[in-house]
Amino acid sequence: MKQLKVDAIRNGTVIDHITAGKVLKVADILNLQGMDLVMIGMNLASKKLGKKDILKIENRELSGEEVNSIALIAPNASLIIIKDYNVVKKVHLKIPEYIENLIVCPNPKCITSLEEIKSKFQITSGKPVKVRCVYCEKKYSIDEVRIRI
Amino acid sequence: MKDLLSMRDLNKEEILNFMKIAEKIEKGEIKPDMSKRIAALIFYEPSTRTHFSFATAMKKLGGQTITMRGTASSSVQKGESFADTLQTIAQYSDIIVIRTAIEGSARYAAESVDIPVINAGDGANQHPTQALLDLYSIIKTQGTLENLTIGIVGDLKFGRTVHSLVQALSDFGPKFYFISPSFLKMPEHIKDDLKEKEIEFEELKDIEEKINNMDLMYVTRIQKERFADPEDYEKVKDSYILTKAMLENVKDSFKVLHPLPRVNEISTDVDDTKYAYYFQQAKNGVFMRQAIISILLGGVK
Ligand SMILES: [Zn+2]
Repeated sequence: MKQLKVDAIRNGTVIDHITAGKVLKVADILNLQGMDLVMIGMNLASKKLGKKDILKIENRELSGEEVNSIALIAPNASLIIIKDYNVVKKVHLKIPEYIENLIVCPNPKCITSLEEIKSKFQITSGKPVKVRCVYCEKKYSIDEVRIRI
Repeated sequence: MKDLLSMRDLNKEEILNFMKIAEKIEKGEIKPDMSKRIAALIFYEPSTRTHFSFATAMKKLGGQTITMRGTASSSVQKGESFADTLQTIAQYSDIIVIRTAIEGSARYAAESVDIPVINAGDGANQHPTQALLDLYSIIKTQGTLENLTIGIVGDLKFGRTVHSLVQALSDFGPKFYFISPSFLKMPEHIKDDLKEKEIEFEELKDIEEKINNMDLMYVTRIQKERFADPEDYEKVKDSYILTKAMLENVKDSFKVLHPLPRVNEISTDVDDTKYAYYFQQAKNGVFMRQAIISILLGGVK
């Protein structure tokens, strides 16, 4: 079967090998409104994952916080930096062991829900990603928490 | 160690050190002197017993206490003032003991001040001083913490005491029986932890079923208010009441523990059997809290 191609971008960032079905959540985190060119591919064939999503963003680099958030949602993703149609850098995302401020604790009785303080989460297991609030110590799967940015 | 916030923070060695110091204090082998020290007892959630136990422990160490009480709606819920309140109290005192209904508040308190903070209960989260005194009671009655078979009865869903206890025992190769009504079962996240550590546990609905296998039974209260329908409570409550008749064939060294206050979940005819240990357990709490305060204030090694 002939593979449908997603167009190349000139300068910017490609996030490849996003867990199938998660690309819209990734796009959400990156808040892509008003960006130049954005291409979203869903359910593409992948040797590694079976199916994958892909996101290409023209003229945009990601912050460390954004990269960490994406790693939480799509732990297999890789990040490709493009300059003049060439790949200048490719990194496989790694789930950090500890994350500050990015995750909102869903526990209404948690101090972080009641005070203006930074949330702190420990990542307790990789696949599927589970996180534990350092304060209330409740454990959640990544789909149960809201990611802030 | 600066603070005592959660059993999750303690390793086996640290847990055993608390046991050792409590024992030495109880036997009079060491007499830590806290005579120039002040403990601030901040109780945003009422708990006469825990407050009493800490106040007694500090007095037995020769120290002083100041107490601040409030309700859940007072400063603890109003943004920055919680940190400010703590900062202010830290100027007057050498150590803070804090109890609130808000989960994680003790850890936040510890981050906000330079002096040691003891978590005396934060919502449904942790109650590490209770867990340590429970362990102390277990080691005193069983001679060890290792490889024990332990039944835990009651409200396992909301009971922070049992959550802390289960975590605390996890490093010592226990086998657990969890006995509760189906809607008050041990939360998944705790069971997840146990599975990860390959700790054996079984969930039962009847208090008597495996009692003869147990080294000890830890009984907690089931609050009537947890039931949506009072009739449901009436239906199940007898399944979770321990009576003398059930103790006929238990192990000789079997002990019954309870964090108190008791309502009716241990029938009073159990009190004068050799298996009842809950009142001694409360007394052990004072020795353990003396040990905790002394360790955190650098009074003992
Ligand atoms: Zn939390």
